[in-house]
Amino acid sequence: MSTTLKARVLSVLLLLGLLCIWELSTPRITDAENMTEYELLMGGASEEARVPPPSAIILKAYEELTDPLYDNGPNDKGIGIQIAYSLYRVITGYTLAALVALPLGFLIGMSPLAYKTLDPFIQVLKPISPLAWMPLALFIIKDSEASAIFVIFICSIWPMLINTAFGVAGVRRDWVNVARTHELTDFRTAFTVILPAAAPTILTGMRISIGIAWLVIVAAEMLVGGTGIGYYVWNEWNNLDLTSVIFSILVIGVVGMLLDSMFARVQTAVQYQE
Amino acid sequence: MTSKSFSNPYDGDIDLRHGRNCTCTSCNSNTTSTSKAEDTAKPQPTFSDTDEALSHMVESAVVRAMFGHNDISRRSFAKLLGGGTLAAALASVFPMEAAKAAIADSLGKPEKSKLSVGFVPITCATPIIMAKPLGFYEKYGLDVDVIKTAGWAVARDKSLNNEYDAAHMLTPMPLAITMGAGSVAEPYLMPAVENINGQAIVLHVDHKDKNDDPRKWKGFKFGVPFEYSMHNFLLRYYVAEFGLDPDVDIQIRVVPPPEMVANLKAGNLDGYLSPDPFNQRAVWEKVGFIHKLTKDIWDGHPCCAFACSAKFANTMPNTYGNLLKALIDATQYASPATNRQEIAEAIAPKNYLNQPVPVIAQVLTGRYADGLGNIHDVPNRIDFDPFPWHSMGVWILTQMKRWGYIQGDVDYKTIAEQVYNAADAASVMKSLGLEPPTKTYKSYDIMGKTFDPDQPEAYVKSFAIGQG
Repeated sequence: MSTTLKARVLSVLLLLGLLCIWELSTPRITDAENMTEYELLMGGASEEARVPPPSAIILKAYEELTDPLYDNGPNDKGIGIQIAYSLYRVITGYTLAALVALPLGFLIGMSPLAYKTLDPFIQVLKPISPLAWMPLALFIIKDSEASAIFVIFICSIWPMLINTAFGVAGVRRDWVNVARTHELTDFRTAFTVILPAAAPTILTGMRISIGIAWLVIVAAEMLVGGTGIGYYVWNEWNNLDLTSVIFSILVIGVVGMLLDSMFARVQTAVQYQE
Repeated sequence: MTSKSFSNPYDGDIDLRHGRNCTCTSCNSNTTSTSKAEDTAKPQPTFSDTDEALSHMVESAVVRAMFGHNDISRRSFAKLLGGGTLAAALASVFPMEAAKAAIADSLGKPEKSKLSVGFVPITCATPIIMAKPLGFYEKYGLDVDVIKTAGWAVARDKSLNNEYDAAHMLTPMPLAITMGAGSVAEPYLMPAVENINGQAIVLHVDHKDKNDDPRKWKGFKFGVPFEYSMHNFLLRYYVAEFGLDPDVDIQIRVVPPPEMVANLKAGNLDGYLSPDPFNQRAVWEKVGFIHKLTKDIWDGHPCCAFACSAKFANTMPNTYGNLLKALIDATQYASPATNRQEIAEAIAPKNYLNQPVPVIAQVLTGRYADGLGNIHDVPNRIDFDPFPWHSMGVWILTQMKRWGYIQGDVDYKTIAEQVYNAADAASVMKSLGLEPPTKTYKSYDIMGKTFDPDQPEAYVKSFAIGQG
């Protein structure tokens, strides 16, 4: 048995062990047979919100995942629909950010003048929490959907911008000089020499951005509500339904992981050895 | 509709009616209106859409009258007030006698039937929510999506953005929005109150020993759902009556209602004055107990309201009229105790309040556990009464002045009358066979202190604690 396989088996056993401990340590609460009216009105002990055992979460996951596309009205939709709304917002905001950040980053990386001019703005805007933009966005854009997309845009633009600029500026001078001796135009130099050379750094920036975008969408949707996985969490929090909350946390984690691994593949594809 | 009846609304002597021999274009094109006063005396025109035209006309008249437009039904106004200077103030007198009969049965077809109405998931919104599952919107030809909103700041912004056609708001909010306090100024209307009473002061279970005397609450952190809320004003009023300055001796934080219980549980708050079901939910979760129902501070106080922009009501009078009718009908249905259990079950699902049925049922039926070991029976713990008393608006404005939310001279009555659309509520109530009050001002007794709506400024000055 190889080490990898052993490690895998051990990981699974560890997980199962931890789940068993969690399951067993969750007290089973049953109410007395004959409750007084006061006790009934208080809901008894079993109705109180508490951290659920893993079995309840698995059951919940089964229920939600077998019927992911149900639609019981505007405030109660299946997990699949909610995820789709969130992904739509993330992808739209992210794409817009990429359209702005990549060319701008290229410019900044290639021109020291542009770099020096824009640097103060970037330094001030970069550390602002994307959610702090939300009230302003709602007021100015006057549309909660567009505001959520704007928040994704503003949070995913910085890592891409900075990494692109950094990658472009860091291309070895020798390579650019070689291109110049071959009398390549600036345009061709940018696309055939600088872009491939800077690609790994740019991709790192894009990967960081998508991660941040996915983090932020949950918070943004909790704020504006309506649809999306963030709203789902908020709605269940409303009801102190921790089973659903834990389930949605897991879903958010899995989707985030998938997004990240997608970019990881692209990143390996553009990687090169000097 | 261009109607002759609208051309000179202030002149009581010129006959503007579309009689049988009328030659105006609208009559020739098969659309006839008659003044309702003459309906019985004159032979009825046989046009099929007379009723529609008539009610449209009167409805428009009511709506326009409310917003100070000039297009006002001549008979209604000139006769009632003798023409001349008709200001917004007459809104309170106008429709009681004038418009009711015509609005009665059928409004025109809604200009827009697909609507979005926002709500915050609390029992105050009961009429707005239940109108959906129980079919009140459908009954009036509307296809309404009721959209859950995370809090009132977002509800306000989405309303101002026109994402919502109308929304569930707190009664002080339309006043604040109209005056531009904590928002951009936009003329807002509040044609109906949703609920009266129905709030409570909840304290953390650790403070059971401080239940007897609010003077012991010094240093407490309290949650209220919004700055411009009855909750904020009632909590301030209540503690101030016990000698605590709410701006100095306690801390008041704005916490969205759905987050109240979680914050109480986490110890972030010592208590809150919040909408139900979150008071009862705190008891259900055994983290809090009910110190006092707001009913026992001011019996019959308003809380939440149905509000929309003046623009919406103006540009789509039929939609507005039907929506208002659906809501007042629903509000009325929510009032009798016998319907409450059914309503509790209708609004509990995830799509609406997302709460356990027994919690909502305790709120709505008023038979509840207080978390201290007692069962109470208070049928009017929450009640539903659509009439927007102007005196309620004046009271709220006095409290806004008292606590420094608005400064300078306040024209209490004018603002209250502009925003609290008592005339529309009254005419719709009449049309549904209800008896609206014949006046729009009354005095209140709040914790033993009398509020006289005619002396708002003196009332503000009469408090020892406050900034007014």
